[in-house]
Amino acid sequence: MESIFTFDSLLFTVLVKVLVIVAFFFVAALVVGYLEHKVMGHMQDRTGPMEAGLGPVKHGVGQLVADGAKFLQKEDIIPRSADPWVFALAPGVALVPTLTILVVIPFGPGVWAENLDLGLFFALAASGVTVIGVLMAGWASANKFSLMGAIRDAAQLIAYELPLVLAGAAVALQAGTLSLVGIVERQNELLLFGAVPVWYGIPQFVGLGLFFVAAMAELNRPPFDMPIADSEIIAGHMTEYTGLRFAFFLLSEYAGMVVLSALATVLFLGGWYPWPGAELPDGPLGAVIGTVVTLAKIIILTLLMTWARATFPRLREDQLQTMAWTILIPLALAQIVVIAIVIVVLP
Amino acid sequence: MSETLASETSAGGVLPGAPGEALQVEVRGEGELQTQDMNLNVGPQHPATHGVLRVVIDVDGERIVGAQPVVGYMHRAFEKLAEHRDYRQIIALVNRHDWLSAFCNEVGVALAVERMMELEVPERAQWIRTMMCEWNRIMNHLMFVSSFGLELGAITPMFYAFREREDIQHLMESATGGRLHFTYTRVGGLKDDLPLGFLKASEELVPVVRRRNQEYRDLLLGNEIFRARTKGIGALEPEVALDYGVSGPSLHATGVAEDSRVTEPYLKYDEVDVAVPVARNGDSYDRFQVLLDRIDASCDIIEQCLANLPPGPISAKVPKQIKAPEGAIYVRTENPLGQGGYYLISDGGKQPYRMRMRTPSFNNVQMIPHLLQGELLSDMVAIMGSVYFVVGDVDR
Repeated sequence: MESIFTFDSLLFTVLVKVLVIVAFFFVAALVVGYLEHKVMGHMQDRTGPMEAGLGPVKHGVGQLVADGAKFLQKEDIIPRSADPWVFALAPGVALVPTLTILVVIPFGPGVWAENLDLGLFFALAASGVTVIGVLMAGWASANKFSLMGAIRDAAQLIAYELPLVLAGAAVALQAGTLSLVGIVERQNELLLFGAVPVWYGIPQFVGLGLFFVAAMAELNRPPFDMPIADSEIIAGHMTEYTGLRFAFFLLSEYAGMVVLSALATVLFLGGWYPWPGAELPDGPLGAVIGTVVTLAKIIILTLLMTWARATFPRLREDQLQTMAWTILIPLALAQIVVIAIVIVVLP
Repeated sequence: MSETLASETSAGGVLPGAPGEALQVEVRGEGELQTQDMNLNVGPQHPATHGVLRVVIDVDGERIVGAQPVVGYMHRAFEKLAEHRDYRQIIALVNRHDWLSAFCNEVGVALAVERMMELEVPERAQWIRTMMCEWNRIMNHLMFVSSFGLELGAITPMFYAFREREDIQHLMESATGGRLHFTYTRVGGLKDDLPLGFLKASEELVPVVRRRNQEYRDLLLGNEIFRARTKGIGALEPEVALDYGVSGPSLHATGVAEDSRVTEPYLKYDEVDVAVPVARNGDSYDRFQVLLDRIDASCDIIEQCLANLPPGPISAKVPKQIKAPEGAIYVRTENPLGQGGYYLISDGGKQPYRMRMRTPSFNNVQMIPHLLQGELLSDMVAIMGSVYFVVGDVDR
């Protein structure tokens, strides 16, 4: 199937795709950020933002837009001893990978920018690049707290990229393809015991758990937020940043939540299909239903991340490493072995 | 290394704590990486110090090899100020050095002056003071329950604890007129009697606080991550604690049940059952557990005060100009954070000749270097959040 954003003119096609992805990137980050403000507010016996609104709609829906406007007006401070070029580039380096992953994520039948044969590989590879931006920020800030945060982040990435990739690899193994679109379609054809239609999240529930935990660690979301622990190292690599550059880091966090939730949706939760084995109508209606279903699943996963943030204290860096190397990685490897055997035995 | 940093480092005289200093790593010998300890200024503006305490630590990677608290950033000369205030004004003054234990502080000063003047304070006033001390104690402990959770990254208990604090503040405001600085005590008694409805509101609030306290236990003590972060962290031995003069919950967590409400009762503490919760290990987990247990214990005392509250006057007859007779007195009270002491020397005038305060926070902060030695940087917040100090109370 072709992407619905394909037109006769190549230039126009590329332009539309870039615009759609960038627009989705910002809107999704704002929506998830707003949801986190409100949901966490209500979990914590408060209301969250209530005043800023868009037109007649209040309840703080415009809060993040207002925040963005505020960030724009802030003075862009670069510390005297900072390395100005690296310091200035770092937020962009942290932001771009998240943006590029969106290229391959399918939101509905035909609703994707590019259906790469190596989609999963591309997405997981790109997600690892973010840490370079963080390292650049921590190093260039010439601040000890920032440096510690950046090094913690790098250590965390090494520990958590493995379970993330291994959980993804198990899915690719079962689907027999690395294309994210292919994975969604194969997934919908899966029959457990030859009769019950299920998504990969059921036979690979271990993988789903691993992927979700590793995704939270990768995003520095609580309880794995040691690299930005504000009570220990004062927001880590973001300590010295102000204004728009700081906003970029925030954006990449929220957009990262969306992107990794979308990946989890595609890999384990059936992508755009509302239930296992479902059929979507052809044409624009199917595309709309599919997109709505995917977005709903993404929002549910991001709300789970918010819930975790409101509930758990922070782990310690070494405890996290111990958990990753002694529990998650062996578990992920064992799962791949099991899946491989099952694939061979039950073709 | 960036050029800016390289030039600063090569210039030689890099001050400890300067930006370039952190980045000096030399490779010497047989390819072995020689690392240098990093000198890190935690504070005076750092969220883990809740206030302006400064701790200078040396870290080897994430491990702390040395720590030194630097106090005095919030020194406001309360002891000197007290030499130029009369006793009524001093009561307003001592509200302010430890703003979380305001009422307990003012009672301490009032007791010192009353004992010097040999004043007989009416029963009702004493019972009300006892009850208010315990409400203040709960409020103080709730603050530390919330901030400790926050430091470990659990943000939710903060908001929950402030909900109860708000209720208690509302209650105390109805009687005293203040939310933080009550100034309700007078030498010889109290400012006013309790307002109508106070007793009923108190009675209703006690079970609420008990129930919510159980919620904190479930939310924090029962949490696996919380246990992993606090068990065995910053363990304090009882002998060391006594040597440093540590008192209050931090001391009780080591198993020493020294509490001047029991060992040297003042107010009406000899007529009520005072439970002193203790723990065994003296680590961060135990310190926190003791804090929660103390909230329950204070609830019990408040209930006994409500049951025993007699009618009667709320103030003794005192001369218009209060003058303590010549002499000196030392009064010790169990403040929420530990032992509070008031050493008052009077030359017979309306102002004290000298007033020296012994504050629990100062001694609690002293043991920070001992506890931080060899721990990880992440454990620093688990330790500093659980030794319970108020910076104003350290510096006075």
